Amino acid sequence: MSWVTKTLNSTLGQKLLMALTGFFLILFLVVHLAGNLQLLIPDNGESFNLYAHNMAINNFIRSVSIINFGLILLHVVYSVILTKHNKKARPVGYAETDASTNSTWASRNMGILGTLILIFLLVHLRGFWYRLKFGSPDKVLLGDTEVDNAFIIVVEAFKNPIYVGFYVISMVFLAFHLSHGFASAFQTLGINHKKYTPLIQKVGLGFAILIPTLFAMIPIVMYIQSL
Amino acid sequence: MNLTLKVWRQKNASDKGGFREYKVKDISADMSFLEMLDVLNEELLEKGEDPVHFDHDCREGICGMCSLHINGKPHGPSQTTTCQLHMRSFKDGQTITIEPFRAKAFPVVKDLVVDRGAFDRIIQSGGYVSVNTGGVPDANEIPIPKVLADEAFDAATCIGCGACVAACKNASAMLFVSAKISQLSLLPQGRVERKERAEKMIAQMDKEGFGACTNTGACSAECPKEIKLSNIARMNREYFKASVTTENV
Repeated sequence: MSWVTKTLNSTLGQKLLMALTGFFLILFLVVHLAGNLQLLIPDNGESFNLYAHNMAINNFIRSVSIINFGLILLHVVYSVILTKHNKKARPVGYAETDASTNSTWASRNMGILGTLILIFLLVHLRGFWYRLKFGSPDKVLLGDTEVDNAFIIVVEAFKNPIYVGFYVISMVFLAFHLSHGFASAFQTLGINHKKYTPLIQKVGLGFAILIPTLFAMIPIVMYIQSL
Repeated sequence: MNLTLKVWRQKNASDKGGFREYKVKDISADMSFLEMLDVLNEELLEKGEDPVHFDHDCREGICGMCSLHINGKPHGPSQTTTCQLHMRSFKDGQTITIEPFRAKAFPVVKDLVVDRGAFDRIIQSGGYVSVNTGGVPDANEIPIPKVLADEAFDAATCIGCGACVAACKNASAMLFVSAKISQLSLLPQGRVERKERAEKMIAQMDKEGFGACTNTGACSAECPKEIKLSNIARMNREYFKASVTTENV
C-alpha cells in the first residue's frame, strides 16, 4: 500500500475526505443559492433563464458540475464506509443510554440527516435537472437567442403545496446537517484554536440557519405568487 | 437508602450474558458507588453466590481502573470516576442499571470487567519517549513555555479509563489517543519522535477496531479528567503532517 492510500484508508484519512468533500458542498450551496435567488426577481424569469442558459453552455461550469457530482458521491460512499465501520466497533449495544446530555441531536444523527438530504437530492434532480437535460423543455426567446424555459418548470413545480412542503422540510434537515457539519469539518482538518473555534462555531450556526432558510423561501414565495 | 440494581452478569467472554436484578438495603448516601457494590458482593458471598466482578484499584480517582456504564453513562451521572461517584447522587428507591463498557476493542472478561488491553497496545506502539532521560536535569535547562507546559499537563491527566470509548456512539478511542499524542508532542523530549508516533499510534488504534470520530463531543463531556476536544484536532494535524512528511513511503 502506498503512503497515500494508507493515509486515506485510515479512519483519520476517511474523516479527512468527509470533511474536504463537505467543504466543497458547502461552497456549492452558496453558489447554487446565489443562482436560485434569481427566481425571485420579478422579470418573468428572464434573469433566471439567462443564468440557466449560461450555466449550461459554459464548459468550466460543466466541468465543475461533474466534479460536484463526483464529490457528492464520494461524501456518500465514505459516510457509508465510516458508518459501517463505526457500527462494527460496538457489536453489543447498551441497554440504557443518556446521550442527550453529552452531545447534540444533530451530531449523533448525521447519517440519518444525510440520507434524508440524499433522498431530497434525487427528487430534486429528477424534478429539474433531469427534465432540463433529458426532457424536452419549452423554449423561450431571450433577446435573439432561443433558450430553455427553466423558469416555467420551476413555476409549475412549486404550484404543488406537497412539493413545496417537501422542499421546506428537506431544508430543515439540511440546516441540522450543517449545524454540526460546518464546524465539525474544521475540527477534522485539525483547525481548533481558542481564537478561531468559537467564531467558526458561530459562523457555522449562522450559515446553517441562513442558507437553508433562503433556499426554503424560494418555493414558499413562488407558491404564494401562484395563488 | 434502598435500591434496585439491574446488573449485567456474564460468566465469561463467550457467554451471552444478561441482566439480573438485586435489591440492596440500608445503603449510606456517603458510600462510594464501589462500596455499595462491595455491600452487594458481601451479601452474595454469604448466600454462596458468585459475586459481581468489576474493575477497581486505587479508589482515589487517579488510576483509571474503574469503569462501569451506570444509568446510560460511563462512570455514572457525575463527571468523575466511578470510585469517586457517591450514592448521594442517587435517590432512595431508584433503579440503577449497571453495564460494562461496550466496544469491540473492549471485550467483556466477566460480568462488568472488560479487557482494556487495546489501550496498552496503542501506548506500546508509540506512546513513549525512547531517549534516555538520565538524571534530574537542572531547572530551566530546557525552556518550555508555560502555556505549552500547561497544555501538555492537561492532556497528561488522562488516566486511560476508556470512558471516552464507552460514551462515544462509534466506540472511538480518539480522545484517549489524542491526549497521549498531545502530551508528548507538546514537549521538547517528545518532539523527536512525534511523526513516527502519530503514524504508529493511529495505525494501532485502527487495528484494534475502534470506531471513527464524528465530533459529537460526548467523549469530552463524559471524561472524568475533562480532556479537551482540541486534542483530537491536534492529533489530526500531527497525523496528516506526519503522513506527508515522514520518510516512510
